[in-house]
Amino acid sequence: MISKMLVRALAAIGLLASAAHAAAEPGESGWRQPWGMNLPEGVTSLSQETYDLHMLVFYIVCAIGAFVFIGIFYSVWRFRRSAGARPAQFHHNTMVEIIWTVIPFLILLGIAIPATQSMITMRDTTDHEMTVKVTGYQWLWEYEYMDEGISFFSRLDEDSQRARQRNPEVAPEEVDHYLLDVDNPLVVPVDTKIRFLLTSNDVIHSWWVPELGWKQDTVPGFVNEAWATIEEPGVYRGQCAELCGRDHGFMPVVVVAMEQDDYEAWVDEQTGGEESAQAASGDESGSESGGGESGEQAGGGEPEELSQDQLMAQGEEVFGNQCAACHQADGQGMGNFPALAGSSVVTAEDPQEVLDVVMNGVSGTAMQAFGDRLDDREIAGVVTYIRNAWDNDTGDVVQPAAVQAAR
Amino acid sequence: MSSTTHDTHHEHGDHHAPPYGITRWLFTTNHKDLGVLYMSFALLMFFVGGAMAMVIRAELFQPGLNVVDPYFFNQMTTMHALVMIFGAVMPGFTGLANWLVPVQIGAPDMALPRVNNWAFWLLPAGFVLLLATLFMPGGGPAGGWTMYPPLVLQMGDAFPFLIFAVHILGISSIMGSINIVATILNMRAPGMTLMKMPMFVWTWLITGFLIIAVMPVLAGAVTMLLTDQYFGTSFFNTAGGGDPVMFQHVFWFFGHPEVYILILPAFGIVSAIIPTFARKPLFGYSSMVYAVAAIAFLSFIVWAHHMFTVGMPLAGQLFFMFATMLIAVPTGVKIFNWMATLWRGSITFETPMLFALAFVILFTIGGLSGLMLALAPVDLQYHDTYFVVAHFHYVLVTGAVFAIMAAVYYWLPKWTGHMYDEKLAQWHFWLSVISVNVLFFPQHFLGLAGMPRRIPDYAVQFTEFNMISSIGGFVFGFSQLLFLWLVIKCVRGGEKASDQVWEGAQGLEWTLPSPAPYHSFETPPVVK
Ligand code: HEC
Ligand SMILES: [Cu+2]
Repeated sequence: MISKMLVRALAAIGLLASAAHAAAEPGESGWRQPWGMNLPEGVTSLSQETYDLHMLVFYIVCAIGAFVFIGIFYSVWRFRRSAGARPAQFHHNTMVEIIWTVIPFLILLGIAIPATQSMITMRDTTDHEMTVKVTGYQWLWEYEYMDEGISFFSRLDEDSQRARQRNPEVAPEEVDHYLLDVDNPLVVPVDTKIRFLLTSNDVIHSWWVPELGWKQDTVPGFVNEAWATIEEPGVYRGQCAELCGRDHGFMPVVVVAMEQDDYEAWVDEQTGGEESAQAASGDESGSESGGGESGEQAGGGEPEELSQDQLMAQGEEVFGNQCAACHQADGQGMGNFPALAGSSVVTAEDPQEVLDVVMNGVSGTAMQAFGDRLDDREIAGVVTYIRNAWDNDTGDVVQPAAVQAAR
Repeated sequence: MSSTTHDTHHEHGDHHAPPYGITRWLFTTNHKDLGVLYMSFALLMFFVGGAMAMVIRAELFQPGLNVVDPYFFNQMTTMHALVMIFGAVMPGFTGLANWLVPVQIGAPDMALPRVNNWAFWLLPAGFVLLLATLFMPGGGPAGGWTMYPPLVLQMGDAFPFLIFAVHILGISSIMGSINIVATILNMRAPGMTLMKMPMFVWTWLITGFLIIAVMPVLAGAVTMLLTDQYFGTSFFNTAGGGDPVMFQHVFWFFGHPEVYILILPAFGIVSAIIPTFARKPLFGYSSMVYAVAAIAFLSFIVWAHHMFTVGMPLAGQLFFMFATMLIAVPTGVKIFNWMATLWRGSITFETPMLFALAFVILFTIGGLSGLMLALAPVDLQYHDTYFVVAHFHYVLVTGAVFAIMAAVYYWLPKWTGHMYDEKLAQWHFWLSVISVNVLFFPQHFLGLAGMPRRIPDYAVQFTEFNMISSIGGFVFGFSQLLFLWLVIKCVRGGEKASDQVWEGAQGLEWTLPSPAPYHSFETPPVVK
């Protein structure tokens, strides 16, 4: 392990040495590196400002620190008894007390002025050109483009998901951007003042991308505001920064900033397709999870009839991605998250109640409504799955048609 | 053996020795016994909380899910904090106060000896309750020691046990503080005016008031959580018209003074030790007193600097930023005064002095990173990252904990009558001071490079510094076994300590024999 570390250390030093010329992976900002030790200058005016302020106080505290440490080390060396020092007996001097009260005060004043200015700019969301609403969930994000009518969920990517298990099939080191990648990133244009409206669906989260220069808590029932004007196209990564439960460490944020043209093309792609248009308008019958990302469903027409095997396969996948974090892969639950294996609700003769729980959630608990997030087929699959896995063996299946009827 | 009257009859007898056996400790009202109990309890909790820290550092040694489940990891971070704050540092300081305040002000005992006994024995009760939650269905608290709703309300069946444990610990520290304040205000020997009191007594007087002021606030906050959970209130529930952020305001109104509760007595300790080993009086005694008072006052008006990201009004952010920055002034005064005390002294480097000097230097690092954190716009980057973790461990471990260790080495000869093993103690110091920096310094980098706190697993880019930090953590953790051994060894025997113990020591406690008799200053000493 140590040797592995050394190898990596050497590699990192090499990397630093060649950093000036090495082009970072396309789109990556290059700030995130092994041995990274400082804030990014980032890609917004705000991040630049916070960076400058950070460096300013950093140098000031270094100077103060140097003064104190040199003073102490010099005194203990110079006045050590072993060198024959004899103690003086003075114990008071009003003048020096005044000096070392006033000087620090003036230094603080000097820092407070730029800090106040930055704070004022950071809070000024006027004249924004677009608005994105960010909603935190345990443990994923939802993005809604208020003007474009696009909305989708964004959660940890599958590779990281696999690598973060105990005894994983792939080691974390082998995953690109382990824990910092998502299935659907937030796509935004550069040089546009974006206002973020941040809120939460359950507990408090905090939306943080260091290269934008800030984090902002998402509080259930309240909407916070923040803004960013990204100046360079690229991929900017961050994480949830407020403890939000078991998988707090596994809800990254990825922002992809594009040139205006590319962004418009992306928007067209999102809103062009028939299905996502339904999602965008919130059409009841559409039941698309949005973003056109999980669109396996045959649009509009008659729901298909699936075999038990198909439903179980579908359900197992959905369960692994959506439910296992709380209810555990073995269905035994954990802590406040109830076991589904053997649950009377899950194994009841009539699947209506369990369908209702899965689609509408249980208000006031961590059990969210999956009705808008999963399509008919996915819900049918997962309900079939939990009714038959782990010796639940009800033996029946729930078809997409039943889900559609229950909507 | 005897009736109460018989006992009282002998209370002030010359040869009143401590009774033997378990009942001595259960029923004791003697301040020295209780001081020993408090400190032993603190030491035990230090190792319990330390074991949890080892679990945390083991999981973070490398990326991936290695040792424990993320939910259990969250329980560990939460419990580590609760145990260290309420179990180790606070009782450690209370124990020191019990032992030292009466002998430093020339009082025969604490003002309220029975309250003293009760305050102590509530502690083990509270901690049995708290630690038992780890074994209850749904596990222990996992929402962070700050207990923010709505997350904390997702806890399992153990939730009410957490709340009651906090209540009990709160009652215990309130009673302890009332006792200390009452003792200081009423029991000083003739001539011991307030401005002649040793700094340790001063800092505890102010700390006592802080505890009395804010512990009830914490109790109120957690009670509101309890009623929200079980009795249908909506203090913090938006759906019912409440506000989860209000909890944070109430919590930090307690929480910020709390961090000064954890550091002010340390200031007092260091202000006692540095003059002794510099053989020179404390520089600027009265400005030290005023600085502590100023810090205590400011601690009530800075709470929301823990909440710059929650979305409060701009004016709020600015106010709390300015107020927080102001704290740097009195804190600076203290550090400069210690420096001036060293200046032109005649300095020797026994273990207490080494810890005290390390305290001044490392606490300064924590203070300076605190100044950085005070700046609201940059705090939007620093907040909830490892930078914050590094900051508060510098002030709490190399600050509070180092001060307690300095105090133990400094007064241990007075308590036991034996000198501790100086050579081994120096080993303990050097191992600790080096490893603690290996442990916490890299965490500054991790935070700035973007690692959030309270996560059980991290992006591969953070591996190196985490490994270094974990290695430092293990060495630091195991070095503390040396401390345990040193204390045990000193209690059991060792070179006989003189009354004065340290050549340069000043104060009433050093006029007593070593070990100090079970009852001291039954006739008040006269302070010139
Ligand atoms: C964030 C954690 C979380 C996730 C993710 C989650 N659940 Fe739940 N679930 C809960 C909690 C908490 C409850 C208990 C609610 C209550 O108190 O009634 C629950 C209850 C249930 C129940 C009722 C069980 C019973 O015996 O009453 C079912 C069925 C269920 N969940 C299915 C699912 C399915 C299917 C998924 C994935 C699509 C899922 N849950 C995802 C937390 C979660
Ligand atoms: Cu979160």
